Amino acid sequence: MNLRLSTGISGQGAAARPSPPLEAPSRRYGEKLIGLGLGLCALLSVLTTTAIVVSLLIPTADFFDKVGFTEFLFGTEWGPSFSPASFGVLPILAGTLSTSLWGMLFAVPIGLAAAIWLSEYSSPRARRLVKPAIEVLAGIPTVAIGIFGLVFLSPVIERIFPFMVQLPPFSAGVAGLAIGLMLVPIIASISDDAMRSVPAGLREAAYGLGATRMKVATRVVFPAAISGVIASLVLAGSRAVGETMVVLLVAGASPNLTFDPGSSVLTMTSFIAQTATGDISTGSITYDTIFAVGALLFVLTLAMNAIAIRLVRRFREVYE
Amino acid sequence: MSPHRISDPGTERVRLATAGARAATLDALVRSPRADALKGTLFLALLLLALAIALGGLAAIIIQAAVKGAPAFGTDLLTNGPSTLNPGEAGFRPALIGTLYLILGVILLVVPLGVSAAIYLEEYADHGRWWNRLIELNVQNLAGVPSIIYGILGLAFIVRGPLDLGFILAAGSMTLALLVLPTVILASREAIRAVPPSIREGSLALGATRWQTIRRQVLPAAIPGVVTGVILAISRAIGETAPLLLVGAATFVTFSPTVLGDNGYSALPVLIFNYASRPQDEFRVLAAAGVILMLIVLLAVNSFAVWLRNRYENQW
Repeated sequence: MNLRLSTGISGQGAAARPSPPLEAPSRRYGEKLIGLGLGLCALLSVLTTTAIVVSLLIPTADFFDKVGFTEFLFGTEWGPSFSPASFGVLPILAGTLSTSLWGMLFAVPIGLAAAIWLSEYSSPRARRLVKPAIEVLAGIPTVAIGIFGLVFLSPVIERIFPFMVQLPPFSAGVAGLAIGLMLVPIIASISDDAMRSVPAGLREAAYGLGATRMKVATRVVFPAAISGVIASLVLAGSRAVGETMVVLLVAGASPNLTFDPGSSVLTMTSFIAQTATGDISTGSITYDTIFAVGALLFVLTLAMNAIAIRLVRRFREVYE
Repeated sequence: MSPHRISDPGTERVRLATAGARAATLDALVRSPRADALKGTLFLALLLLALAIALGGLAAIIIQAAVKGAPAFGTDLLTNGPSTLNPGEAGFRPALIGTLYLILGVILLVVPLGVSAAIYLEEYADHGRWWNRLIELNVQNLAGVPSIIYGILGLAFIVRGPLDLGFILAAGSMTLALLVLPTVILASREAIRAVPPSIREGSLALGATRWQTIRRQVLPAAIPGVVTGVILAISRAIGETAPLLLVGAATFVTFSPTVLGDNGYSALPVLIFNYASRPQDEFRVLAAAGVILMLIVLLAVNSFAVWLRNRYENQW
């Protein structure tokens, strides 16, 4: 009884819980069994993470038995299937960062501008139309966006700026642009939520001091929502780093250590997808390489997601 | 407006100072709004330009696929199998059936698991305990793991490794189910949390047990939200390509797949990708037609979600 009481108190103490504990003393063991079963389902998500980590770690350990850690992290040559094989991850890391960078350069201003318009300028009616329309972009399968980049964007950009597509139709910059299109709704939607959660009092105070709409938006609301805005950017960045289909179709497959937007690059995700779909045997060095690259990608995106989740939580709590 | 009584109001010095201050204030008030108005208009113009680019991009994706794919659009697309030799008559039949099976498998796996996990986290878990917080944090983190990592998981754990199922359709379904599980859990939790406590209290007060309360009161009330979450997850799974490439859907199959037959299988986005990465223009046309086909399927699924939600919508 005592235990139950104390859990009840802690349940109310965590203000996020709207409901007091449901428990009535019951001798029905079926009830306990159901609770246990439901708990096991929730545990499945932890098992998934464990499985991901295990499935990445074991082959990665095998990989590092054969390839030096420093050779992998700091090597500048990538050619796991060449006859003197080389395993320097820097070229494909640079390829990943390059396509993500061009994507972010496109998506950040557009996404933030859309968010500012949605939260500070739009009429409720326009907002009801425009916000879902932008969010449709997030629902379009990435293979469709990749095809758009390959079939439409790449030839068009090649015609206007030939230096952007040096090895038609492949280009890191064009891949970035297509990724950017996919990132716009993530940035716009989360930043809009963050800016709308800034209390109206702040805006009214600024208007009372004679600030214009633009100043209220850029100097009051935007800084007040900054943690949510940054969270949206980090989340978009992690999405860009993990994006596969667009880079597989548009970025080409040359492991170049370059940030030139016009060159063709190989990214970590496209290396994984290309290599895994070929004929490889379990336990070979090529098979293990997929997992080593996957582990690096996992660590990279996990860190970014953790930062984003923490920031989102912070902006949600600040003004409540 | 009378000048301030700083000293003797009548003197010339005070009158001049007041006039000067007034002029300066008026000047500041009048001049800066004009500059600010211009800046404000420019700023708004920039915002609208950005919006136009985003919405224009969306329109371009759809229009481009429709225009490019139009020549291939017809019933052949639905009834014929893929063909490397004869792109003019190739279609998506095995891929469509494959996608259908995959999605059915995902629904069968993800609905019970995801909803159960959500019920546990909302109704049973004591959030002061570290393991429950770990589960919550973990679900949030899983939602952000790149899809190709799920492909690696499927390859290492389901296709090979412990489960060793081989490149079969069920392996694809399981991989996709794990991928969308966090989405379903997060959406179902929101839906369950939105059911007011008074409903639960009323049921408990009448003597119902905890599970009876959840089963007969909370869950029915949460159905619209749960269904919306599931359908969002499904529409993500329909378009997901990268993990399927790793768990066997990359094979170029011309026959209709079966759930456990390990001859490989195909899915709509994978076949689209396959066509798009061929150099000949006919295949690009086919890929564009496939994109339109996929968008139509997605639109249908999403409209169904909206319809269902409206039908079961509750107002508290």
